[in-house]
Amino acid sequence: MAFRGRRPEHGGPPELFYDENEARKYVRNSRMIDIQTKMAGRALELLYLPEGQPCYLLDVGCGSGLSGDYLSDEGHYWVGIDISPAMLDAALDRDTEGDVLLGDMGQGIPFKPGSFDGCISISAVQWLCNANKKSDNPAKRLYCFFSSLYSVLARGARAVLQLYPENSEQLELITTQAMKAGFTGGVVVDYPNSAKAKKFYLCLLSGPSSFLPKGLSDQKDGDEERESAFTKERVPHRAARRGMVRKSRDWVLEKKERRRRQGKEVRPDTQYTGRKRKPYF
Amino acid sequence: MKLLTHNLLTSHVRGVGPRGFPLRLQATEVRINPVEFNPEFVARMIPKVEWAALLEAADTLHLVEVPKGPTEGYERDEQFLRKMHHVLLEVDVLEGTLQCPESGRLFPISRGIPNMLLNDEETET
Repeated sequence: MAFRGRRPEHGGPPELFYDENEARKYVRNSRMIDIQTKMAGRALELLYLPEGQPCYLLDVGCGSGLSGDYLSDEGHYWVGIDISPAMLDAALDRDTEGDVLLGDMGQGIPFKPGSFDGCISISAVQWLCNANKKSDNPAKRLYCFFSSLYSVLARGARAVLQLYPENSEQLELITTQAMKAGFTGGVVVDYPNSAKAKKFYLCLLSGPSSFLPKGLSDQKDGDEERESAFTKERVPHRAARRGMVRKSRDWVLEKKERRRRQGKEVRPDTQYTGRKRKPYF
Repeated sequence: MKLLTHNLLTSHVRGVGPRGFPLRLQATEVRINPVEFNPEFVARMIPKVEWAALLEAADTLHLVEVPKGPTEGYERDEQFLRKMHHVLLEVDVLEGTLQCPESGRLFPISRGIPNMLLNDEETET
């Protein structure tokens, strides 16, 4: 979520932030639902599960079950864990297919080793980075979470955790604890040049190191072409205009081309473009 | 909470480790939910099932027709898979408790949601 003001983690613990009002947003607000569903889809994509096989997955910070429902629609079975009773109540109302547990991920994932074929988490892990009680030590809680997650995943299974790190130190804290717990992998960033669309996915693998998926970027997706690519391509354009005589036909054509590149509406070039006009004066 | 979940759930109280499994189930309210049968998924989960724990839980809930163990060639035995599907995925415990066998700590189940929150002394701090 693009919070204009403070980050929600600074205001208090997640079980208080995600109260009935917030839970209602996750059920009613179509924009919220849309974003969460898209992120769940991308996370599932990054999980690279074997094709056509129904898998048993863990959803950390499942909340009202939005991401879980996406997993169910794809034919998978899942278990969710969340710390907010209000959000889990919303999940009950939505009658999710997966089981949900009330639990704190920083205390560990209470399952037998090798239980799950994969794990996703949408917008949850950054909550571990802020200490809400005096006894909380974020690094320790992160390590407890990651080491128990490593244990409950089957060998070679992946975990894809979408999160909103506050800054690079936080991201580094998280990745360090994940590596300490035995995971390999890294961070995949989608749309790195867009402030709003930028999303971080921590992709972890509990097995020998394999490839890290590429993040989505502006160049490939037509919708995101609004940003300018910072390349050296401008230099030839300026050089091209420098040698020209002002007001000549070539100059006019080059100027029209430049405006087209800027995305402005330009009349098509015809045989009349830049023709000599009758002197008016 | 489905029995499949119960079969994989452990106690993560500090110091308990692998002795925190299986959690002893006590149920006061149970519901049967029809769930679409997916033989491939059931067959894949059979090796993960802890049979002693499953039989104990099924006994507590007074379930009948529970297979005692995986049969030879169970992947193709539809009867067996259907029975397992019913036991693992269709039986839903709504109210009850889960007890850690080592520490005796009780985890309540309310509206089908087990409360696995630990207090400060019990976490691995």
